[in-house]
Amino acid sequence: MVYRAARELRDGDVVFVGIGLPNLACNLARATHAPSLCLIYESGAVGAVPQRLPVSIGDPALVTDSLAVVSQADIFQCYLQRGLIGVGFLGGAQVDRFGNLNTTVVGDWAAPKIRLPGSGGACEIAVHAQRLLLIMRMSKRAFVETCDFVTSPGHRAANGKTRRELGLPGGGPTRLITDLGVFDFDATGEAVLTELAQGVTVEQVQAACGWTVRCAAQLEPMPTVDEAVAARLRALDPQRLYL
Amino acid sequence: MSKVVSMREAIAELVHDGDSVCLDGFTHLICFAAGHELIRQKKRRLTAIRLTPDLVFDQLIAAGCVERLVFSWGGNPGVGSLHAFRRAVERDRSLTLEEYSHFGLLARFLAGSSGLPFWPLKNFGGTSLPEVNPALRSVVCPYTGEALATVPAINPDVAIVHCQRADEEGNAQAWGLYGAQKEVAFASKRVVVVTEELVSTDVIRADPNRTLVPGFIVSRVVHEPWGCHPSYVQGHYDRDNDFYVAWEDVSRDEARLARWLDEWVYGVPDRAGYLQKLGAARQAQLTAKPRRSAGVDYGF
Repeated sequence: MVYRAARELRDGDVVFVGIGLPNLACNLARATHAPSLCLIYESGAVGAVPQRLPVSIGDPALVTDSLAVVSQADIFQCYLQRGLIGVGFLGGAQVDRFGNLNTTVVGDWAAPKIRLPGSGGACEIAVHAQRLLLIMRMSKRAFVETCDFVTSPGHRAANGKTRRELGLPGGGPTRLITDLGVFDFDATGEAVLTELAQGVTVEQVQAACGWTVRCAAQLEPMPTVDEAVAARLRALDPQRLYL
Repeated sequence: MSKVVSMREAIAELVHDGDSVCLDGFTHLICFAAGHELIRQKKRRLTAIRLTPDLVFDQLIAAGCVERLVFSWGGNPGVGSLHAFRRAVERDRSLTLEEYSHFGLLARFLAGSSGLPFWPLKNFGGTSLPEVNPALRSVVCPYTGEALATVPAINPDVAIVHCQRADEEGNAQAWGLYGAQKEVAFASKRVVVVTEELVSTDVIRADPNRTLVPGFIVSRVVHEPWGCHPSYVQGHYDRDNDFYVAWEDVSRDEARLARWLDEWVYGVPDRAGYLQKLGAARQAQLTAKPRRSAGVDYGF
């Protein structure tokens, strides 16, 4: 999943890096095929070159040797809202077929079953990033017909409104990368399965998904990790923070 | 005139029950020393304001200091949950939440620090946030006709700002991740500067671009070395990631969390007492390795 996500990043991309798996994927891409990747963290680091895998997105290693360190207001206004972020990277507790994400609450907001952390910068990243990559493990609890709360907008709201009608400048979700396969989004903004992980069937994907899975005419195999990449990942994450 | 006082004096004088308090710093420069003093002085009914409540607000919530939380991300970064926060929200329903995204709350600070009533931003379309927060509204741009989201100014009663160095007047210099320290200071009615190093005004004047907060908006200055542990201060000490990881188990168990507060907050008189308990060996492990900048030429 991390390797597949890393392959989405092109050398020279300006990427807004979130905590967790995206952090690892971005640092893997920078260490392999995309050495000129510009990593931007919501904490204020621009062009970060962390010498250790950051535990948090505010790690001191993001500051040392970065191109710039700016205030958080500058990050969100001048870099993100200005439209300069090429790629955003998000995960969540729930996702629906249009790529709407919930990281706020399971159940009712005022009387929650599970209180999750909330938006952080996720909402505005989903609003403004030119390309948005979603990375999540598949399960029926996570891949839902309707999110309990929409923290970060996808391609269509529950009332059917499109991003254009909602006034959202960014491109919206381009890929939904999971442990079982990869979804693209079609012209109507709906998720379509395009790749399957090794040894996984469409039936297994459907069993882990709360909506009826639509498949592309031709399903491709999800690229597998060779020993060199596996070794690189282990070297990036010696403490097994994410692996 | 010197504004330097102890943390105990600053908190006693400037923070009253029912006040709104913003203790800023993003991962970096989070002043736990001030948080612990709020707990020791048993401040009550506070409106606590931070983008990321972090462990410091989890502790304040557990200690019963907080009535209302204004925030945008309530977790333990890279680890998991803030369990005192979750218990207050899920089980006790004892906390009033006012929830934003990071950009939304930063925009409130921007308005507050600029003397404006609100701030416009392109955000929130297609999300549930405006349904649960009536402060998120919109305005039509008078030039383009475009609908823009708005948030109201926020002007906290007290801001607590931690920095690497300051003089006795409160001219404060910080580097590394700024968070929203500058905006929060300018937005607030009273400002406490907490500093790792107390320096002469000459040191400040030798590098004026580094000044984040000017002394004339500062009420009190507290000299508190290691005042951020387990958060960090660039160039001084690293983040105590082991502490953040260990907090998961401490905060999950209500009784254990109460014992932790007894031992590490109520059980010590001040930050110096906390550091004595933490021990020189742990401090040595966390002390930053030097990485000095070359400096710049201010000549003319």
